[in-house]
Amino acid sequence: MSAKRYWEDFKPGEVTIHGPRLVTREEIIAFAAEFDPQPMHLDEVAAGATILGGLGASGWHSCCLLMRIIADGFVNHSHSMGAPGVDEVRWLKPLRPNTQVRVRATVLETRAPKSRPDFGFVKCLFEMLDEQDVVLTTLTSPLMITRREGNAGA
Amino acid sequence: MKYFEDIAVGERIPVGRHTFKADEIKTFAARFDPQPFHLDESAAERSHFGALCASGWHTAVVWMRLMVDARRRMMDAARARGEPVAAMGPALGFRELKWMKPVYVDDTIDYTSEIIAARISESRPDVGLLSIRSIGINQHGEPVISFISTTFVERRPGTP
Repeated sequence: MSAKRYWEDFKPGEVTIHGPRLVTREEIIAFAAEFDPQPMHLDEVAAGATILGGLGASGWHSCCLLMRIIADGFVNHSHSMGAPGVDEVRWLKPLRPNTQVRVRATVLETRAPKSRPDFGFVKCLFEMLDEQDVVLTTLTSPLMITRREGNAGA
Repeated sequence: MKYFEDIAVGERIPVGRHTFKADEIKTFAARFDPQPFHLDESAAERSHFGALCASGWHTAVVWMRLMVDARRRMMDAARARGEPVAAMGPALGFRELKWMKPVYVDDTIDYTSEIIAARISESRPDVGLLSIRSIGINQHGEPVISFISTTFVERRPGTP
């Protein structure tokens, strides 16, 4: 008997907080070196001369960290089937080294497609927050979660 | 890289291609997206994906890496011709990201980006804003990822 959550267990308006996770200078630079080797994500001096005004994580790194935090926080405790995409991501403020981030997840809507009885969508707004609750990144995505109904015994 | 004024809507950038190996799919997933169908062959076979497949975030960040490399080649070529090089980035975000098909082990994704809109920033008139649609297509010709990003690019110095 699994205690994992099904689509039916998510209700619009539900707000949960996940994390915290300390983001170090070393991991910002390591991610950038591998996936986004631009000076603003790699080197303090070079970053100071850019619009970021100092070393900041790649926006894609923020997305990946957010994914990891919600995977640990609730996605892996749900019958997740992944996601078909992301409606929108806004990189509002730079993620600086040694920031302790958390992710606030708000369920915006739940929808069960008539053509597919096996899963439903749980559209969520995810906000990455720093220690002062300043929103650094927002991400809106419809998650696919297995439905309890029609999956008896799953 | 060209200045905002030199970039035409409709311009396409061949970004590059990448083959996703099982080891890197699992390594990436263990760091950032530890869901069973990205981590383990047998768990993936039992899932609706039917086989191990890359995290969608992995497919996206590989585009970023290839794009940075492609831009660097363009910048080096411009410098070699004695042309000035405009600063680009950071991006403000993206929208309409779609993962149309899973990326399975040994799939090769070919990425292309296209400038779909260009305007001067209202908050920072010294920079332009580009909307770029990026698409990744697998070896069967099927699109697997698509998104529209928005990024800053430097304007030509002295442009009113």
